[in-house]
Amino acid sequence: MGKHGLLYVLTKKFTTGALIGVTISDRLVSFAAVNGISMSPTLLPGAKCFPQSLTGDVLLVEKLCLEKYRFSQGDVIIFRSPINHKQTCVKRVVALAGEWITIPESHDIVKIPEGHCWVEGDYSASSLDSRCYGPIPMGLIQGRATHLIWPPERMGEIERKVPQRKGRISSY
Amino acid sequence: MAMSVSRLTAWVKKVPTRMAQIPWREIAGEGFDKCAFLIKFGCATHVANKYVFGFAYVMGPSMLPTINLSGDIVLLDKMSPWIGNVKVGDVVVLQSPENPRKSVTKRVLGMEGDEITFLVDPGNEEKSKTVIVPKDHLWVQGDNIYASRDSRRFGSVPYGLVKGRVFVRVWPVDSFGFLNQKK
Repeated sequence: MGKHGLLYVLTKKFTTGALIGVTISDRLVSFAAVNGISMSPTLLPGAKCFPQSLTGDVLLVEKLCLEKYRFSQGDVIIFRSPINHKQTCVKRVVALAGEWITIPESHDIVKIPEGHCWVEGDYSASSLDSRCYGPIPMGLIQGRATHLIWPPERMGEIERKVPQRKGRISSY
Repeated sequence: MAMSVSRLTAWVKKVPTRMAQIPWREIAGEGFDKCAFLIKFGCATHVANKYVFGFAYVMGPSMLPTINLSGDIVLLDKMSPWIGNVKVGDVVVLQSPENPRKSVTKRVLGMEGDEITFLVDPGNEEKSKTVIVPKDHLWVQGDNIYASRDSRRFGSVPYGLVKGRVFVRVWPVDSFGFLNQKK
């Protein structure tokens, strides 16, 4: 250690840490902060009082599901927005490839193509989701949100909730 | 017989002292160092491969004549999609919209807002169609329009699916070179 300066050692340690951190967050788990009210009441239940509240929720995002791309209805996923690749969205998977879904606003029936899924926010009145841009390719998915870790009073697992409006989705 | 038994017991009695003589601490330390090095190396490779440069093995008929049927190894530039440096004419690798576990290599023919006219079924009929590429989407097509499953089939693809821009062919050696902006 003596022959290298303190700065060198610190830089080396920091770089190593950063590389390991980035790899873990790409491959295993990572965190994601959520803003906006499209997923209330699952996330940000108090947001109706404070629209665009500054206290975002923090999610634990599991990345191992990206090996197989096997998702099921009701999973909360993180994906890159198809209309703005710099933005990441959190929504719930409502229907999977091969299923037919009725869009409530226009009464259209859409078949979800191979390799796509239909995502919607829980707070449907204020959510920009598949009802606007159609089914999204699964390749845009960045991970599955499994736990809510901030704020501490609502810490816990995110439940897999299948939307109530039955009859909207049929599998043939 | 009795002789060998006594020798055996003597040997067994010596085992603890012998075990204690083995430098366990050094062995464990060395093993730990090796593992740490491997992990660091793996992480560095992952980061370099994901964010800087990556290799890809491309094969299939859809990009003939740019990429050979038997398969080429190409170098991908992973930074371009990040900084928005994907232009019309670039060859890109993207996650297939039809199967997220597969990657496909195509050429970008249109950015958002471009008007694309294409033959619906080349070789059989003359019918053509015109579409406008939506916001933040790309129109990708294979160079071999007769054997390519591309945007003509699944529509324009979101920009977020682009994984990298192909810029150098590394293998086979005799056709080494940049492959960009050919069209």
